[in-house]
Amino acid sequence: MAFFTTKGRTFEVSVVISNKPGVREPEGETILHDLVAKSGFEQVESIRAGKYLRVRVVAPDPASAKRLVEKMCNDLRIFNPAAHSCEVSIGRVPGR
Amino acid sequence: MRVAVIRFPGSNCDLDMMTALRTIKGIEPDLVWHEDASLGGRDYGAVILPGGFAFADRLRAGVIAANSPAMARVKRLADRGVPVLGVCNGFQILVESGLLPGALLRNSTLKFVCEWTHVRVENTRTPFTSGLRQGQVLSMPIAHGEGRFFLQRAELERLEKDGLVAFRYCDASGKPTAGSNPTGTLHNIAGVCNKAGNVVGLMPHPERAAEALLSPLGRPDGALVLSSILRKSGGGRRA
Repeated sequence: MAFFTTKGRTFEVSVVISNKPGVREPEGETILHDLVAKSGFEQVESIRAGKYLRVRVVAPDPASAKRLVEKMCNDLRIFNPAAHSCEVSIGRVPGR
Repeated sequence: MRVAVIRFPGSNCDLDMMTALRTIKGIEPDLVWHEDASLGGRDYGAVILPGGFAFADRLRAGVIAANSPAMARVKRLADRGVPVLGVCNGFQILVESGLLPGALLRNSTLKFVCEWTHVRVENTRTPFTSGLRQGQVLSMPIAHGEGRFFLQRAELERLEKDGLVAFRYCDASGKPTAGSNPTGTLHNIAGVCNKAGNVVGLMPHPERAAEALLSPLGRPDGALVLSSILRKSGGGRRA
C-alpha cells in the first residue's frame, strides 16, 4: 500500500477510544458504583471505560509511525467522531 | 420491485426479512452477499440491511460491515436516491458508513434489551414511512445492546429541526415518555433518516412484526413499513 513503508523499525502505537466528555459511559459508571465505591475506594471520583488497541507498525521513525496509525483510525473510522475521542500515542519499542 | 437484502457474516435476520418481504405483493427480494461489489449486477429499487451481529460486532457494531464491498455500492445507490433501509444492526451499519448521522452507543442499562415497543411515526416523507400516518403508533420488537442514539447537542437540535427523526419510542397512546425509552436513547429516538429522506435506519424490527400472528397485539405493523416502498409518493429523490 502506498502509505505503508516496509523500511524502518517496529514501533508500538497505542490507540485509546473513549466517549467524548459529556457522553455518558455506563460501563465505567457501573464499575464505579457497583464495585469500586462499594469496596472502600470512596476517593475514586469517576471511571470511564473505553477501547484499547495496541498496534505494531514498521516505520522510519516514531512520528511517522504515529501519523500512519492516526491516518488508519481516521480512514477506517476506528472511532465514531460523533461520540468518541481517539488518542494515539507512541508506546514502547519492542525488542527485536 | 426488486429489493436487495445484504447478508453479512453474522447477519441473523436476513431470512426473516426475506420471508416478510415475500409476503408483500409486488416486492421480489434477493439475498446478496456482502462481498458482491456489484450486487449481482442487478438494478435494485431498494436495498435493505438486515439485523444481526455482522462480524460479531467486533471493534464496534456495524463498523467492519460498513467497509465491505457491497456497502461501497450501496453508498453510490443511496447518493442516487435509491431507498435504503437499515434495521437494528443494519441501522448501525448505516451510521458507521456515514449514510446516517450520529452514533449508536451501548444501552444505558448495559443490558441487551429484547422486548416489544411502541414507536411513533415522526416523518412520513421517507420511502419507508410514506404508507403511514404522521403520529401513527406502531408496535414492533427491539433486540439489541447498542441502540442508544447519540449526537452532540447542537447537531441533535439540527436533526430535530430538519425533521430527520423518523421514529420515536412512545407509550401505547403515542407519548414519548421516559418509561417508554428502553435504552436511554436521546429524545426517545428509535429511527432517523438522511436529509434527502431516502436512507432510513431504525432499531425496531419490522420483519418480526410483519404478520398478525407474530404480534402480541395481532397487528402486522411491520408490513406497513416494508410495503411503503411500493408507494410512488414515497420521497427519496434529491431535489
